Amino acid sequence: MTKKIKNLNLNFGPQHPAAHGVLRLILELDGEVVEKADPHIGLLHRGTEKLIENKTYMQAVPYFDRLDYVAPMNQEHAFALAVEKILQIDVPIRAQYIRVMFCEIGRILSHILNVTTQALDVGALTPSLWGFEERETLMTFYERASGSRLHANYFRAGGVHQDLPAGLENDIAKFCESFPKIINDLENLLTDNRIFKQRNVDIGIVSKEDALDYSFSGVMIRGSGIPWDLRKSQPYDCYDQIDFKIPVGKNGDCYDRYLCRIEEMKESVSIIKQCLAKMEKGPIKTFDGKISPPSKKDIKQSMEALIHHFKLFTEGYRVPKDEIYTAVEAPKGEFGVYLISDGSSKPYKCKIRAPGFSHLQSMDYLIKGHMLADVPAVLGSLDIVFGEVDR
Amino acid sequence: MNNLIDLEKKINSELATKINKSSVKHNQIYVEIDKEDLIDVVLFLKTHKDIKFRQLIDITVVDYPEETQRFKIVYLFLSHEFNQRMILSYFINENEVISSLTPVFPSANWMEREVFDMYGVNFKDHPDLRRILTDYGFEGHPLRKDFPLTGHSEVRYSEEQKKVINEPVKLEQNYRNFDYESPWEGTKYIKEIKETNDKKN
Repeated sequence: MTKKIKNLNLNFGPQHPAAHGVLRLILELDGEVVEKADPHIGLLHRGTEKLIENKTYMQAVPYFDRLDYVAPMNQEHAFALAVEKILQIDVPIRAQYIRVMFCEIGRILSHILNVTTQALDVGALTPSLWGFEERETLMTFYERASGSRLHANYFRAGGVHQDLPAGLENDIAKFCESFPKIINDLENLLTDNRIFKQRNVDIGIVSKEDALDYSFSGVMIRGSGIPWDLRKSQPYDCYDQIDFKIPVGKNGDCYDRYLCRIEEMKESVSIIKQCLAKMEKGPIKTFDGKISPPSKKDIKQSMEALIHHFKLFTEGYRVPKDEIYTAVEAPKGEFGVYLISDGSSKPYKCKIRAPGFSHLQSMDYLIKGHMLADVPAVLGSLDIVFGEVDR
Repeated sequence: MNNLIDLEKKINSELATKINKSSVKHNQIYVEIDKEDLIDVVLFLKTHKDIKFRQLIDITVVDYPEETQRFKIVYLFLSHEFNQRMILSYFINENEVISSLTPVFPSANWMEREVFDMYGVNFKDHPDLRRILTDYGFEGHPLRKDFPLTGHSEVRYSEEQKKVINEPVKLEQNYRNFDYESPWEGTKYIKEIKETNDKKN
């Protein structure tokens, strides 16, 4: 007599601490081996693209903070660059350095969160306690520059909203001195840790071919050994004047991706240091009164400035008819904005290309044949944040 | 091909009849094709040794409700080898079915599901065409220009029925969309817009 064995369907999430947000995974299990994974996403869908179509270009910026909310300014950067390219405006050099510096702070913010929560998912609690303290420091830098810890709304087409407050540059420099020690501490806890390696080495291997076919980018593609980083290959702002290395993995497994993230944090610290060294006093946004708002002082004295202010904050600036795709190397991969302007002050179409979307889609391919316990490890190394996957 | 101009020439000579329009701007190449040629063109772009657009970055749609060919389908490609980007597009009517790119690029799967969800464009031979971003049981296609910003229904927990219910949207205040078109002639760009409007009238 033969026994009938049925595969077990397991519902993982949407409220599971290891799902990194509101992910619902339908897993088909044969014993403890995953046969099929069907991610259900969209539980955090807010219709960002639709909202942006109904707002002026300046009002669209805050929506980008709410995509990948662990590294807000990197997203704003993509949108600012897209609008700048269409309007053909130059960004003052100080603004470029400020933007690059905050993008790298964003990268560290995102990588700390990912590395430490990945460790948490496979059973190590301490790294997250240590890492989050540093994130808090970094978010105070965000707050001092922009006014808020997370939703910065700081980058503008043509520069940044306002200059750095006095003393911030010094404090960031101090952080750059102390932070490498924290990275070393984290590495002491994790890199050679037997349990961490058992849970990550040879798990979720991505080959070079598949990394391309599945539209991977960022650490996901570099972990598989393809040296590709938009900061190097298609430099934007002042990345071409900065010296940094691109860490590349070998095996394409979760462990290599972890190592890439650790190395990238070290490189980011070096980029921030270089930005601070090269930054000189100067304007922080374009002088074009049709695009950037006048100073409060000017509004009190100049009629033209007052009119500009009024027009900018009611109608907004107009962007000539064009079509463009601009991408930046966000911490999670290639974050792009496909923008169609129609000559009015609102975008006709703004498609947001989020790296997490294509990474999560490969979940089925990555997890097939792995054990159930590997699901959180793979999910952790994909670096998923639902703000950007669901948009 | 190291140069976008060369690339444009190459594509035009190799695919002569299939390319409707091509141009180079913003360091990208823009190509327009016919709906029927999609798979041929994409396979050529992916495999040709001098072109190698190996990665599909995204698929999206632009909605022009006034046009007879309502939807513009847009594919973004990236070539790592030659560090180039391409924007490939074609126009379709509202109810036309287009071929799926999933056999060529596995990553097209979710992108096409998103397009289907947001715009209601149907794909032939797609392995699993379901809604992806919107709620279970959602109706309509939110990114179409004729879909209202506030949507049709809202969700709340009903104390009487002791469950989550869907009901038509009730707004305390109507959504206000102000027309900021300036009546006075202040700056140059406003004048330009006015002139084009005068011509129309």
